[in-house]
Amino acid sequence: MEILHMIFIAPFLDMVALPDLFFQGLWDGFVGGTLYALLALGFVLIFKASGVFNFSQPILMVLAALALVSFYEMGINPWISVALVLLLMYALAFGVERVILRNLVNQDGNILFMSTIGLTFVIIGAAQWIFGGVPRSMIHAELGFPVGSSEWPMFGGAVYFEHIDISAVVLASSLIAILAVFFSKTKIGRGLRAVADDHQAALSVGISLNQIWVIVWFVAGIVALVGGLFWGARSDVSFALQIIGLKALPVLIIGGFTSVPGAIIGGLIIGLGEKIFEIYWGPMMGGSVEGWFAYVIALVFLLFKPQGLFGEKIIERV
Amino acid sequence: MFYKETGQFKSRYKDELAAFPLFEDKIGIGILCVLTFLVIPMFGLPGLNYEFAMGAIMIPCMIFIIMTLGLNILLGFAGQISLGTGAFSGVGAYAFYKFITIFPDINIIIALVLSGLVSAVVGVIFGLPSLKIKGFYLIVATLAAQFFLTWAFIRVAWLYNYNASGAIEGPNKEMFGIIMIGPQSAGMTRYYFVLVTLIVLTWLASNVIRGRIGRSWMMIRDMDIAAELIGIRPLVAKLSAFAFSSFYIGIAGALMVFFWLGAAEAESFDINHSFLYLFMVIIGGLGSITGSYMGAIFVWVVPVLIKEIGKSAFGFDAFVMENFSTILLGAMIIIILILEPHGLARLWQIAKQKLRLWPFPY
Repeated sequence: MEILHMIFIAPFLDMVALPDLFFQGLWDGFVGGTLYALLALGFVLIFKASGVFNFSQPILMVLAALALVSFYEMGINPWISVALVLLLMYALAFGVERVILRNLVNQDGNILFMSTIGLTFVIIGAAQWIFGGVPRSMIHAELGFPVGSSEWPMFGGAVYFEHIDISAVVLASSLIAILAVFFSKTKIGRGLRAVADDHQAALSVGISLNQIWVIVWFVAGIVALVGGLFWGARSDVSFALQIIGLKALPVLIIGGFTSVPGAIIGGLIIGLGEKIFEIYWGPMMGGSVEGWFAYVIALVFLLFKPQGLFGEKIIERV
Repeated sequence: MFYKETGQFKSRYKDELAAFPLFEDKIGIGILCVLTFLVIPMFGLPGLNYEFAMGAIMIPCMIFIIMTLGLNILLGFAGQISLGTGAFSGVGAYAFYKFITIFPDINIIIALVLSGLVSAVVGVIFGLPSLKIKGFYLIVATLAAQFFLTWAFIRVAWLYNYNASGAIEGPNKEMFGIIMIGPQSAGMTRYYFVLVTLIVLTWLASNVIRGRIGRSWMMIRDMDIAAELIGIRPLVAKLSAFAFSSFYIGIAGALMVFFWLGAAEAESFDINHSFLYLFMVIIGGLGSITGSYMGAIFVWVVPVLIKEIGKSAFGFDAFVMENFSTILLGAMIIIILILEPHGLARLWQIAKQKLRLWPFPY
């Protein structure tokens, strides 16, 4: 009885007793969720366009954040540093297409996936070598993002809104919107969906596979930069961000692999869920449950609804 | 000229079914046995410090071969991808620790088998989603195992007997009057124990793979629907692959902590180790036992040697060499996947094929 009360009743009583804390948790979770959704979108785009399950998306995020900070520390103007990072991401996209994808055309999905793990290690080694492995702080203030926080009185307490979190939500959701429009309305977006549908048919109507791949990897790089900027501002810029980035995978499972709205909803579910779970149920389990909560939710989804919330009904199942 | 089947006649079916049908192969295995049982323990490896050769190359290599065999069964033979290898090896290690501390009189071999079985059970539980899904979906399921279990290794204090350091340590423990594990055990005894375990497990794996279960795994891997149509039960085949693989990985994890490292914390089972084991399988060759040997040795020895050579010959510091070997490992994966998706094992086969005709290829 004691245990049941602790699990099923006490947390909800806490929520009602201190609503300001609850709303603080919701807000933090919402910010995290938006950023997860953005990263998950990076995965979805590449998966839709090339059938590659891009495991290196999280490390791209680390690379972008590290490069940004390092360029700034070299004494370069912060906005020029952003441009340089974008250039770096484009070069990387180009290189990946030339060196890896072009040579692995028509290979099994597993092989492509494993090649992105190899790419991850190359990037880890290179980034650590060039930029160093010491955690650093993000340069969002220098880039002109507002710092500080404002307080909003609520239910006798107060909810704090970090200004950088507000800009994260605004920028991430507008980027998500731009990407959604870009891929459904523009000519390149249509080409991309054609490639996703059938490589050969796309080739036969004159769509260049190689060009499309460079574009999607570059877009993934942009997503990585925005994600890295804000995750870096929320914690430090270090290789630990890779673990955060990996959480986009359970988000994908929950949302459905190929669906853009699914990625958004899934991101919010994971972001809100893990924050609330951590605050109210975490302490009784020893804390730090944020590390696995998302994966366990995804596991439950896999067992009962493998196609996710918005995924295509026909998934390859056995 | 030296490696050919001409003139080697087989008069019984048993000979045809032998693991090493060729006389030359038998000689090769014999030489390998003499090397590992007598020559290496006596003289170490050429050009290397004896302690270093045994403690940093031979013992870990053999343990990683067992680990690679386990993952190869799952990934190479049954076609189920897993990123939870590190955590499953941790399950084996913690189970072994609990067995030898709860029952101080337990025989080490029994404890080892039992911890392998515990790991197998955990593997089956996290393998359950594989019945419904495959490929990328399974990656997330095994990542759930990875993150959940490593969290449990830190937070569930019962697992490490509530000690302050949070690490599991091998107490001195003897078997048949010889101290096998713990700080007082001799490197030589641990070497022989791991070597014998490796041989037994290799023998077991090669026979299981050639048998009914192994063939059902390969059918599931090659085409699951067709396999089901001709009477293979996917449930049994997939879960047995998970169980078998986790059994090996669990034993390897227990060996790793108690016969090599001496003590370990949750970091020894983190996701980077899962990647390392995956690399061993890919580089060695999917679906090949010889490949498991080659992959484990290659992935473990080459970075160790590079670090040593870089330090002693060129004076690079450890940081640079560490990063260089990380890049090299990643690049090796990509190169292998592009040029020879079947890994080192395939290269070895090609070499053997060439050797049959050498020196008169026409």
